[in-house]
Amino acid sequence: MSEIELVSGPDAPGGELMAGVASVLGAPAAERRRSLRQLPQGLALRLYTAMARLRAFDERAVILQRQGTIGTYPPYYGEEAVQAASVLALDDRDWLFPTYRQNAVATLRGCPPESPLLLWRGNPAGWYDVHRYRTAPICVPVATNYPHAVGAAWGSRLRGESTVALAFGGDGSTSPGDFHEACNLAAVVVAPVIFLVTNNQWAISTPVQQQTKVTRLADKATAYGIPGVRVDSFDVFACYEAVAAAAARGRAGLGPTLIEAVGYRLGPHGTADEPSLYRDPERARLWAGMEPLGRAGAAMVDAGLTTLEALEEIRESAVAEMLLAGDQLEAVPVPELEEIADRVHLSTPWTLSPDHLREPSYPRAG
Amino acid sequence: MGANLNMVEAIARALAQILESDPDSVLLGEDIGVNGGVFRATAGLQARFGPDRVVDTPLAESGFVGAAIGMCLAGLHPIVEIQFDAFVYPAFQQLVSHAGRFRWRTNGAYGLPMVVRLPYGGGTKAPELHSDSPETLFSHVPGLRVVVPSDPRAAGELLLAAAACGDPVIFMEPKRLYRRGRAEVPERFEAGALDRGVVVRPGTDVALLAFGSMVEMAEDAAERLGVDGVSTRVVDLRSLYPLDRALLLDTARQVGRVVVVQEAPRHSGVAAEIAAILQEEAADSLLGPTLRVAGMDMPFPLFQLEEQALPSAARVVAAARATLDF
Repeated sequence: MSEIELVSGPDAPGGELMAGVASVLGAPAAERRRSLRQLPQGLALRLYTAMARLRAFDERAVILQRQGTIGTYPPYYGEEAVQAASVLALDDRDWLFPTYRQNAVATLRGCPPESPLLLWRGNPAGWYDVHRYRTAPICVPVATNYPHAVGAAWGSRLRGESTVALAFGGDGSTSPGDFHEACNLAAVVVAPVIFLVTNNQWAISTPVQQQTKVTRLADKATAYGIPGVRVDSFDVFACYEAVAAAAARGRAGLGPTLIEAVGYRLGPHGTADEPSLYRDPERARLWAGMEPLGRAGAAMVDAGLTTLEALEEIRESAVAEMLLAGDQLEAVPVPELEEIADRVHLSTPWTLSPDHLREPSYPRAG
Repeated sequence: MGANLNMVEAIARALAQILESDPDSVLLGEDIGVNGGVFRATAGLQARFGPDRVVDTPLAESGFVGAAIGMCLAGLHPIVEIQFDAFVYPAFQQLVSHAGRFRWRTNGAYGLPMVVRLPYGGGTKAPELHSDSPETLFSHVPGLRVVVPSDPRAAGELLLAAAACGDPVIFMEPKRLYRRGRAEVPERFEAGALDRGVVVRPGTDVALLAFGSMVEMAEDAAERLGVDGVSTRVVDLRSLYPLDRALLLDTARQVGRVVVVQEAPRHSGVAAEIAAILQEEAADSLLGPTLRVAGMDMPFPLFQLEEQALPSAARVVAAARATLDF
């Protein structure tokens, strides 16, 4: 594996924050190879492909933002392992509750990549079919998606189904009350929900040390009487194991799990963000070798699961897919507000009728 | 068979009817199970339908209102009880940022079939933050409906309609009326119209528009005006979003003088919206200024002062006279 410099300080790869996290790729070479060879047939390549597609989407989105085709965009470079592992470790019937940072996860369930890209282009054509992909609309307010996931998981259990729900969030999302209310409620009603908190140590410019005095976010689980596990967020195989175990636990009627996926935000918060204003770029560079796609690929080749050429083909195919998706955006028409005023309510009130959307002409016909 | 019930009993009966006829319906709230709710609106329901249908939640309104949103995705039809009006404020973000926007976010494809029951209003000698009238906070939010019954039968009929509507409904319950009077209700409620008001008293000289517990006061005021030969129409608005535009315009045209009564603070309230609609759409029919009898722009006072804060029949009569004398 890549040499990770041991640098002091909690936000360094060898620092106390990463100490003891579950990791497959961080294991000694022989153990790592053995673990990868024991994976179910094809799983490693499926995980790699999912990550490659997420990466290609993200890189294309940043380019499209620079070109002015889409608006402000929150890149997730470095979080692909968490996202890909989550989707693949769950059944397609399980619910996902993404935030803006996981804006493309529905594409791993068949949603056209144009959809999330259109959202960032500001076109409502980008709102995807939430039931078809069992993926809630991307959540913009921080932490408010946690109670939704609890309700979906709990509701499914009440209906006698074995559906699990997974909500994504970041270290900053453990501060609002909804995180607490959701964890507590899920524990009390034994909801099969997974709270997947990616601790990338930064909420825009606020370091996690200013977010909470708890060093390990997973420790917060103790207060709710639920398990809290820590996993290397740059290790797709470890993330997969953690999510699969949490899902199995939920399906077995044992309730929620808090997963802290520990790592570092390799990129900016958003395309309008300039991290050098608030953090030392040198420290971000310390983490560059942890980048999850290359790291997983190198380990897979090393374990003899695949070849560099095969992986390159997967990446090229993903890049081509996202290039094509990006090319479709400008042709999608922008509706008039009159055309979509009937999308607020099932039965549209008079206030949204064409006669009332704008200022009236006087006198108005009764 | 039919029964003579007060409002809270009628609500309990309607909830039982919903739980019975819709296997996907579920009630959530604080102390609604064994305790039957602090107002007993869910009395006996947990024993009858079980703890998975009538669920006591932790004391966390944002959490369980948010969970209700997720339950809708799972195919359930949650009916949430907020214990008292002001307890809804922690859930405000879930209602505004998510509940009201969900259908919009799915291009109209999917709504959230959830009801938030909200006992509200003053006049019950309750502690601070147990007497608020927050309807405007919700009638201003796109994607939410707001309804208010003023009698036991309407409570049952509107609750059934709210549960069947397919979108989030803020169901305001005037708790001062919970045990105020009884009325004959049918064995099974039929769903009422969610977006219609009713004329509860015909009249031609002045119209008093009210909702919730203010309807009774408006009728009282109409009686007093009648002594002096004033013919007063009383309208129970019932739906605060959307307002019954046809009924508002009909009232302006048929009567021409309007007074709107609300418990909530005067500023930016439902009464102000009605005055604006009449001004925009029926100015040529108005024979006098549309006046508001409302709560004051202050926190609802501690209860020794609440009768001063609440609209009274005397104030309504005075306002009616003011527009009649214009």
